[in-house]
Amino acid sequence: MLNNIDKEILNRVADMTHIPEGAYNIRKNGAGIMRNTTPNIDIRTKEDKPGIDIIVKPFTKGETVHIPVLLTNQGLEDLVYNTFEIGEGSDVLVVAGCGIHNPGEETSQHDGIHTFFVRKNARMKYVEKHYASGSGKGKKILNPKTIIEIEEGGYAEIETVQIKGVDYSKRDTEVRVGKNAHLLITERLMTDGDQYAESIVIVDLVGVDSSVQIISRSVAKDHSEQIFYPRVNGHERCKGHVQCDAIIMNNARVRAIPEIAAYNADAELVHEAAIGKIAGEALIKLMTLGLSQEESEEAILKGFLR
Amino acid sequence: MLELRNISFTVQTEESEPFDVLSNINLKLEDNLSYVFTGPNGGGKSSLAKIIMGIYQPTSGSIFLEGEDITNLNITERAKRGIGYAFQQPPRFKGITVSELLSISSGSSYSMKECSNLYKVGLCPQDYLKREMNSSLSGGEMKRIEIATLLARKLKFAIFDEPEAGIDLWSFGKLTETFENIKEKHDTTLVIISHQERILNLADEIILIADGKIQRTGPKSELLPSLLNNPDCSCNYNCQERSENHA
Ligand SMILES: Nc1ncnc2c1ncn2[C@@H]1O[C@H](COP(=O)(O)OP(=O)(O)OP(=O)(O)O)[C@@H](O)[C@H]1O
Ligand SMILES: [Mg+2]
Repeated sequence: MLNNIDKEILNRVADMTHIPEGAYNIRKNGAGIMRNTTPNIDIRTKEDKPGIDIIVKPFTKGETVHIPVLLTNQGLEDLVYNTFEIGEGSDVLVVAGCGIHNPGEETSQHDGIHTFFVRKNARMKYVEKHYASGSGKGKKILNPKTIIEIEEGGYAEIETVQIKGVDYSKRDTEVRVGKNAHLLITERLMTDGDQYAESIVIVDLVGVDSSVQIISRSVAKDHSEQIFYPRVNGHERCKGHVQCDAIIMNNARVRAIPEIAAYNADAELVHEAAIGKIAGEALIKLMTLGLSQEESEEAILKGFLR
Repeated sequence: MLELRNISFTVQTEESEPFDVLSNINLKLEDNLSYVFTGPNGGGKSSLAKIIMGIYQPTSGSIFLEGEDITNLNITERAKRGIGYAFQQPPRFKGITVSELLSISSGSSYSMKECSNLYKVGLCPQDYLKREMNSSLSGGEMKRIEIATLLARKLKFAIFDEPEAGIDLWSFGKLTETFENIKEKHDTTLVIISHQERILNLADEIILIADGKIQRTGPKSELLPSLLNNPDCSCNYNCQERSENHA
């Protein structure tokens, strides 16, 4: 059922070299093709619209859910709604990710709308990788929307990676962080050619002693364009830290517009944003160790996007 | 042997007049010997080191390594021929670990050798190999790792730019020991840029650089005594009186 291209993509987007243990649902070209559930994690097909419900029972610990999406037919526009119920006191890893292989001339597009309920004292790590390949002129477009509600004492870690091949992406992330709940978002992005990537993050710290940390690292090459718009609103006693760090090369364009807003005198919010070339001294240092200029750049970018 | 012939280096900024950072440097640095470049701040020591490494291109003059004219070789090519330079202010790298930097330096992946190189500069390997080369490392730690990156390589010509700066007393002993070892074990020409008496003591020959020129060269037995009680730099009467009043 899975051919070599599928396997390559699965490896890229979900670190899957074999069929994973635990729960999974593999979606290919607009339809679910493989699924596994466990006694603690159920996956159900939605009845009213395309997509699935993933239900993690309360107090489930150490299990994983893989839900990769593959698009290998050109000219396909896939829209999917996934809802995650991360039960009270559970601790799980969710690996999503979308890979497009588009060899043709027509646009391939996947728009995923993910809604998460991280219940009381639950912990979730969510990893989403984007990857696209295919040498044709067909555009490869990914527009993920992620909506998260973290209840009291909960913790969510969101890690997104888009390193290669995606021509256009517009990422929307909205999170409400409850009492004594915490959120960590790390975003890594590299664009080249004429690619365009936009990321809008809105975090509302609505509970007392809630916190968020947003770390974005990106590299923009060639004629590509990136826009970051992370916003943190502090409504209670809370802590927020936004850090955007971009390396710009060639004729790329990067805009970083962090915004912090406090609606409470006990909100402590900080933002830092920096855009710059690869540090000349760092480049020179690696060259003095025997790397060529290109190898030095590569080593620096690889580290930066780690 | 590395030879500098008539090296001059002039910089021109938009606002100011051309400035001679180095003028007419002639120098032969022999195999198996160790040299210390010393002299006042701004004298041109680091600039000379960067010219040897290829980081700066001289305005005129030429450089020979073992008879080969390397004046037009770039940094990478010079590195591959066995020239190494430990920076006065080592740069930081986000996301690159100490172990990765040492691997790049030695040209092979992580090995016991890296461990011993860290140990030689007074760092406990298991505490540092996985650390990122970012701003979380202290200044002295950065300096020591910088020295270790050179120890990881097989060099014909090694320049250490103020290796002792920011290094505490305890590791200082270890460091001098390491330099002694390099001197004895390898066929490396060792150049250390320093202001420190203990480092000056390691030199077979001391080269005094000031105002972009080589002012004096000679074995330490000749130069060291005159450098240590430099008559150009004694306190004048007013100055002495003031410091006595403060005491
Ligand atoms: N790229 C450059 N552009 C302009 N001026 C320079 C440049 N490099 C060095 N200089 C100037 O040349 C002089 C020599 O600098 P250099 O760094 O070589 O001194 P140094 O002897 O290493 O001093 P220190 O003991 O303080 O390290 C200084 O006045 C410095 O400002
Ligand atoms: Mg200097």
